[in-house]
Amino acid sequence: MLDKCGMNETIVTISGIIGIIFVFWFFLMKKEKKEVAVIGSVDIIVEGGYSPEAISIPKNKTTKLNFIRKDSSSCLEEVVLPDFKIRKHLPFNEKVVIEITPKQTGEFKYSCGMNMFHGKIIVTD
Amino acid sequence: MNKIKKTFSIKGMHCASCVLIIEQSLKKVDGVSEANVNLVTEKATVAYDSDKVTDDKLNSAVANAGYKAFIKEELQSEDKERAEKQKELKDLKFRVVISLTLGALVLWGGFPTLMDTSPSILKNFWIQLLLATPVQFWAGWVFYRAAIPALRHRTANMDTLVVIGTTVAYGYSAFVTAFPQVVQRIGTEPMPYFDVATIIIGLILLGRYFEAKAKAGTSEAIKKLIGLQAKTARVVRDNKEIDIPISEVVIGDLIRVRPGEKIPVDGMITEGDSSIDESMITGESMPVDKKNGDTVVGATINKSGSFVFEATKIGQETMLAQIIKLVQEAQGSKAPIQRLADLVSSYFVPIVIMLAIATFVVWYNLGPEPALLYAILNTVAVLIIACPCAMGLATPTAIMVGTGKGAEHGILIKDAESLEIAHKVKTIIFDKTGTLTKGEPSVTDVIAFDNGKENEVLRYAASLEKFSEHPVAMAIVAFAASLGKSSSHPLDKAIREKAETEKTELFAVDKFKANTGKGLEGEIIIVGSPKKFYFGNRALMKDISIDLGAHEIEIEKLENEGKTVMILASDSDLLGAIAVADTVKENARQGIEELKKLGIEPVMITGDNFKTAMAIANKVGITRVLAEVLPDQKEAEVKKIQAENKIVAMVGDGINDAPALAQADVGIAMGTGTDVAIEAADITLINKDLKSVAATIRLSKMTMKTIKLNLFWAFGYNIILIPVAMGALYPSFHILLNPIFASIAMATSSISVVSSSLLLKRFRLNGTQTKSLV
Repeated sequence: MLDKCGMNETIVTISGIIGIIFVFWFFLMKKEKKEVAVIGSVDIIVEGGYSPEAISIPKNKTTKLNFIRKDSSSCLEEVVLPDFKIRKHLPFNEKVVIEITPKQTGEFKYSCGMNMFHGKIIVTD
Repeated sequence: MNKIKKTFSIKGMHCASCVLIIEQSLKKVDGVSEANVNLVTEKATVAYDSDKVTDDKLNSAVANAGYKAFIKEELQSEDKERAEKQKELKDLKFRVVISLTLGALVLWGGFPTLMDTSPSILKNFWIQLLLATPVQFWAGWVFYRAAIPALRHRTANMDTLVVIGTTVAYGYSAFVTAFPQVVQRIGTEPMPYFDVATIIIGLILLGRYFEAKAKAGTSEAIKKLIGLQAKTARVVRDNKEIDIPISEVVIGDLIRVRPGEKIPVDGMITEGDSSIDESMITGESMPVDKKNGDTVVGATINKSGSFVFEATKIGQETMLAQIIKLVQEAQGSKAPIQRLADLVSSYFVPIVIMLAIATFVVWYNLGPEPALLYAILNTVAVLIIACPCAMGLATPTAIMVGTGKGAEHGILIKDAESLEIAHKVKTIIFDKTGTLTKGEPSVTDVIAFDNGKENEVLRYAASLEKFSEHPVAMAIVAFAASLGKSSSHPLDKAIREKAETEKTELFAVDKFKANTGKGLEGEIIIVGSPKKFYFGNRALMKDISIDLGAHEIEIEKLENEGKTVMILASDSDLLGAIAVADTVKENARQGIEELKKLGIEPVMITGDNFKTAMAIANKVGITRVLAEVLPDQKEAEVKKIQAENKIVAMVGDGINDAPALAQADVGIAMGTGTDVAIEAADITLINKDLKSVAATIRLSKMTMKTIKLNLFWAFGYNIILIPVAMGALYPSFHILLNPIFASIAMATSSISVVSSSLLLKRFRLNGTQTKSLV
């Protein structure tokens, strides 16, 4: 009986360690997706995150970011682009157009209202 | 392709052929797929590809056809957002009621002490499964619907934690119900925990319901501002007064406003006068008297008289629209203090999941019997108690309420960073003219030296000054001009008498030169030959090596009274002096006193000489004075004070002192006219009230206090309660956290953060605050 229990404990411990490693790898080691080059306008689907997650846009040109929220989670109901001073409510299943004209190059992150989901805008020359 | 439809007004149509012409012109625009114009409603509806077509293109298409389109972006359609929010709240409420009702039944039948009183049917595991399943997969579907797509993005949020926690509890219970003998075989009593899963879902949904309601309050200021806008305007066209929607008002329209009505757009009074309540824009409660030539601001209320004004700013250009834009931008910006919360929240959920796994392993291996049950319940408690939302909400909700509160009182904050820095300000530099004083100087004394004539002094001085745009110069020219017209300008009696007998005419000036910060020079032809005249301050006299000699006493006396003295000299002769004084603003002294109470050192900066500057400084209660500072040196003076390791704010008009405002850690501009978006300023005070400077600092301090409290609560909550849920107190005190209590704590934590931010609304900017905040 003791042996059996010991085996259970070993299995639970090993499974636990594997589980922790898996969680670490799955959430924290994810590779950043290659950015999608955008000229003029892009549809960004808001569902469990932003797709495409990273976009690259040209400097000094107006780009339309069309956010379409398909996720009912209240966490995603707002999108915040702090570098562009934009906080917009995204009505469910509706296209919200946000126009930005970046004046400098670099990486600009945006997120949901509670900063749980993230997207990235890379501005290039 | 982004196909959208837009309806806008068209003016100038009078027959059916107009309709056709406009339709054809619109359809020619590349990207327009459909255009319908209605003659009766005077509106066009156009379907087009928004990637190709802009408002400008539509405007010019209509203009090319000879008509005018009014494509105005609405301020913001808040109605839709509100309707959606209400629908969401209604749906949430329904889910809460169902899940808590079913949950209560399951709890009654399953919770150790309660179950003794419950009917036997509720104790049946299969009945409990039946009651718990709709709660788990219908009411709780909102969590799955959010967590599953997030997992696809390899992201986890609060929903992920709820899903894992409740699924573990539900899954284990369903397994126990279906295979009790298996559980029994491993030495554990076959006891389901459907109550844990159902009540957690019910309570978290309830928390979300209250959170959504509270969050709506944080953006109330914007909604209020949008609601201020007038809907219609009574326009005078062809001598007839007609009511038209505000979007159809064009610049130059004459608009009639009757008593009690709202002024629709910004403009200038052309006929009549009135007293206007501008409190909704400036926060100033006293009505302002306005007459012909004065500017009026849209959304303010006409109290008494009827008047006509000419529209000068419409649509997005109006002061109200600019204010809304500025507040929206500030609410979209991020405060530096949020960085830590941002960093933590990006790792938080995965770490909690890892801790939950570790909890399971430790309890299973080292916990008392039944170890499996302890392991499961504590794992669920860890997953449920963790609340990343509170951290995410801590800063932005306070910033939203804080900036909104400022806007209500005429304090417009450009971004969250400015609001944050303002609370650290130790020194505030005030520009003198137009900031501490009214900026409307008037001539008080004209002195002629050595038996000269006062009006001659004035005549030469005014001739030189007419080229200058400095407010002092304008006062002198206005004074001189008024002499000939015997106007009601407040004149010195003796001068007026002389002026009446000897009407002042200005000379032609040659070789005019302005010496910045010092004065003017130019040549005037006297009896056929040119003579050089100088008119300026002591510095100018020093430059041309003129000694004030015996007249020093007279000049000094005027300066000691706080008057700016300009000295007139010709070649090497002293001719006279003109004193100009500016009046100190009513609230200046009080505003400075309030700052001192906040422990902030006020400093005055001016181009005036030290004596004049000190006289004004004494009137307002400032002891540190930076006098004789040329306009281009102000920025350097700000730098000098910054070098004393002080966070410096600069208060000015935002135009003449833009570089100094930009150099300061916080640039505060006193609003001028109807322009609120002052480029160099971080904060604009549209009420022009100096007490608002202290109010701004207080608002910043209070907002930062709220943010710090929120962050302390949000971090502290998680740091303390996660270990408790893991069982940290069990070895010493045998205290464990029931997952149901974990869900109550979690739901309360984010509501409390939002509520704490909402308390900022009760903070009174005039220096006192409600008891609830103390």
